[in-house]
Amino acid sequence: MTVTTITDAELAPKDYASDQEVRWCPGCGDYAILKAVQKALAELGAPRERTVFVSGIGCAARFPYYLSTYGFHTIHGRAPAIATGIKLANPGLDVWVVTGDGDGLSIGGNHMLHVLRRNVDLQIILFNNEIYGLTKGQYSPTSRRGTHSPSTPQGSIESPVSPCAFALGAGARFVARAVDTQQPEVVALLKRAHAHHGASFVEVFQNCVVFNDGVFDHFTSKDVASDTQLHVEHGKPLVFGRNRERGLRLKPGTVALEVVPVGEGGVPPGDILVHDETNRALAQLLVALEPPAFPVALGVLYCNPAASYEAEVYAQARAAGFTGEPADLGALLRREGTWTVAP
Amino acid sequence: MDTTSTLRTRQAREAVVIRFAGDSGDGMQVTGSRFTVETALAGNDLTTFPDFPAEIRAPAGTTFGVSAFQIQFGARDVVTPGDAVDVLVAMNPAALKVEVKDLRRGGTILVDTGAFTERNLTKAGFPANPLEDGSLAPYQVLTFDITRLTTEAVKPFGLSSREAHRCRNMWALGLMLWMYGRDRQATIEWLHRKFADRAELAQANVAAVNAGHAFGETAEMSEHLVGYTVPSAPVEPGRYRTVSGTEALAWGLIAGMRAAGLEKMIFAGYPITPASLLLHTLANLKAYGVVTFQAEDEIAAIGAAIGAAYSGALGVTSSSGPGMALKTEMLGLAIATELPIVVINSQRAGPSTGMPTKAEQSDLFQAVHGRNGDAPLAVIAAATAVDCFEVAIEAVRIATTYMTPVIVLSDAYLAHAAEPWRLPDATALPKFPVHFRTDPADFHPFLRDPVTLARAWAVPGTPGLEHRIGGLEKDYDTGHISYDPDNHARMTRTRAAKIAGIASGIPPQRVALGDDHGAVAVVGWGSTYGAIHRAVSEARDEGGDVSHIHLRYLNPFPRNLGELLSRFERILVPEMNDGQLVQLLRAAYLVPAIGLSKVEGKPFKVSEIVQAIESTLKGQP
Ligand SMILES: Cc1ncc(C[n+]2csc(CCOP(=O)(O)OP(=O)(O)O)c2C)c(N)n1
Ligand code: SF4
Ligand SMILES: [Mg+2]
Repeated sequence: MTVTTITDAELAPKDYASDQEVRWCPGCGDYAILKAVQKALAELGAPRERTVFVSGIGCAARFPYYLSTYGFHTIHGRAPAIATGIKLANPGLDVWVVTGDGDGLSIGGNHMLHVLRRNVDLQIILFNNEIYGLTKGQYSPTSRRGTHSPSTPQGSIESPVSPCAFALGAGARFVARAVDTQQPEVVALLKRAHAHHGASFVEVFQNCVVFNDGVFDHFTSKDVASDTQLHVEHGKPLVFGRNRERGLRLKPGTVALEVVPVGEGGVPPGDILVHDETNRALAQLLVALEPPAFPVALGVLYCNPAASYEAEVYAQARAAGFTGEPADLGALLRREGTWTVAP
Repeated sequence: MDTTSTLRTRQAREAVVIRFAGDSGDGMQVTGSRFTVETALAGNDLTTFPDFPAEIRAPAGTTFGVSAFQIQFGARDVVTPGDAVDVLVAMNPAALKVEVKDLRRGGTILVDTGAFTERNLTKAGFPANPLEDGSLAPYQVLTFDITRLTTEAVKPFGLSSREAHRCRNMWALGLMLWMYGRDRQATIEWLHRKFADRAELAQANVAAVNAGHAFGETAEMSEHLVGYTVPSAPVEPGRYRTVSGTEALAWGLIAGMRAAGLEKMIFAGYPITPASLLLHTLANLKAYGVVTFQAEDEIAAIGAAIGAAYSGALGVTSSSGPGMALKTEMLGLAIATELPIVVINSQRAGPSTGMPTKAEQSDLFQAVHGRNGDAPLAVIAAATAVDCFEVAIEAVRIATTYMTPVIVLSDAYLAHAAEPWRLPDATALPKFPVHFRTDPADFHPFLRDPVTLARAWAVPGTPGLEHRIGGLEKDYDTGHISYDPDNHARMTRTRAAKIAGIASGIPPQRVALGDDHGAVAVVGWGSTYGAIHRAVSEARDEGGDVSHIHLRYLNPFPRNLGELLSRFERILVPEMNDGQLVQLLRAAYLVPAIGLSKVEGKPFKVSEIVQAIESTLKGQP
């Protein structure tokens, strides 16, 4: 399939909206993410005809219906598989995957693992609301221990999975994290994810107002945010706090992070770690930080590109003689071991 | 052994069934394949069937480690690997133990006495040496110390004793080639190619073939060892090759892709016996426009095929047994989104893991009905290895013409069975170019072709056609999500009508053998073709009023099938399952069809069907 790009007049965020009425609950965090995605697409100048949104099933997965690009609302958990097929058939398409914590890490955990490890060139946005929204509020694989839900009336006894830790463990080469309501940050991260070749994994903390309202308040509400959020930036020291008065350093004598005071009366500035997004070990420490002892790390936690899966698939195919032009079928049938019966 | 030289003339034979059997490590598959090539080159018609153990490395010398290869070749139309074996080559006691039951009385057994050691006899579970206790009296037993004769023949090449031992199969091959007056040249050339970087191995194997052949030719022979001639079959002139069902499917898919004018095929699979062979075969055909993808499971594999179809490529997936079960939900998605994919099921004995290497036809119900919701799709089946080529092309045609998933039913037998094939003229193959929608005027994704009811194929990358599809029910007129009750009824009936309409584009059902009316119709589908065909032919030779009808199209059935069946008094339906087609026929046409079921993980014997035909002719159930 050859792709023709039409560069018509510059598109505004609203040009990426479809004519369909959005049907999330009023106040759902999904609205904010939708706006951020539309804004990012506009800023990227993404050609609508070459952009494809693929989703599984869940509230989050309704996403493609609200965009004016190509969209495929598939089945529960399997969007990465279908997106892989799309990229294999036409690597020229710009493919986004939208998934939920249940969709992407429960029923679809296996596909998520493999799409990340293979490094298929996709932007994967996981809306983490720590709950099954669409099926009316059961606990999910990211729900914290003790979560009360219709299926866990006494509280969940399962340990949650951390999406970013899972992604790193799976071998993802781009891992980032954001909060639904922080639009500028979300837009910036989506643009970074888009620029990255290979699988980019973006976890967005998304508030489900109906079934899990406020689960992230302990680090997202205005009064605590600056003391509980660490916005990382490549090459910049890992500091946070209202007055950027605290920082992270390696605890002497062990491989662990500790929060230390910086500035006057604090540790020497040289002790504070500088973010290196190509450092996997550091990323692993950062994704694990949790309040109250630590801030939640947000931003591009890890970015270390390598050849994408489909690029390597086609490199091998071409090495084996794939040209995209029809090859001689007759030659294939006659390859070896034929004999002729004379008339 | 008698060593006097006698000048023997060769005896003529119409058709012969040989089974090569030995330990998994004895190279029986290679021996069989080489014998096949030389036999084809000699102009015989033939059918082959390998039978290898399920265990990867079963302990040497045990009965469950026996690997066998059967070939029937002859001067007339050979359509099955043969019911009863004429010649059994048994390279060890376990092979003799397992395989002798299929040998016809009076048949010949060739054994390597060198392998009949105390230890091997015990491992095979023989209380006494069968070569000495008279238990083989019904057969003609020819004993040679192939182990010793091979060791002597390859001595000059300085192989390790293990390597020397592994040349035994070539010695046995040489003797069998002599027995049937076959050439050795192609095999010798093949050995030189195969061991190109180990000249001493090539030379040793060639020496073993030659020694086996010379053994037959010269004095060191039993007078009982007779040479045979099997006259070549009257075949149409042309270029031929042997082809297995797997190869024919692979090439047919490529031909189908070309016929549809598609640039590439994305073939996604997850390893499973016996379907993996197709993945392996296509992985080597990238030069022909194939991209293969080994997915993380069967769900992902069909998902990738659907994603590929959505993007305008030919999406194909293939599996077997439990893997087909996993694909169910995705098939529903392909039906709801009306995307063209081809799904190949190499059926094996079930339920669950069942018997992975054994053929069965027990997934017919699953293929036709096995999904949630009213979820119709097209189902077709291949009858022979050669037929796989056309069936694959036809699957691509139906999928792309009607925008539907198509299930192709093959089985573990067809995956491996091979037969000679007169190569088609690649330039004269059918053409059915697809039309991608490009016109944005009045576009919505569920616009339908008025004749085929196929929805428009609009692929990402096309400006102005941006749209959303998915598994939720869609409005007939706009393609938007709709839960409207009348709309759902309309969409359900449209999906059904589209699949039913496929029958308008396929040839009417013909009779494969016999009249189009009469006392008994034997109706089959899939790989039972050969056995049914031969059985009907034999029954007709005896004067039986019986015809053979073989179905390629299982959903929908050909338009005239009901009417055709109504012209027979009785309908006999042999199937390698517990009675599935028989029920579909009864349900569709209210005909008094009776089933003949075989569920032993083995193909029908011709004689079993002949017997059933005889009782049916007599009016017995
Ligand atoms: C095979 C299958 N099993 C179960 C469901 C029901 N189901 C739909 S969405 C969902 C969970 C969604 O949770 P999540 O992915 O977190 O998305 P959210 O609704 O929270 O955005 C489930 C269990 C389904 N659609 N398909
Ligand atoms: S249930 Fe929760 S996640 Fe779903 S739309 Fe409503 S608020 Fe959003
Ligand atoms: Mg959720």
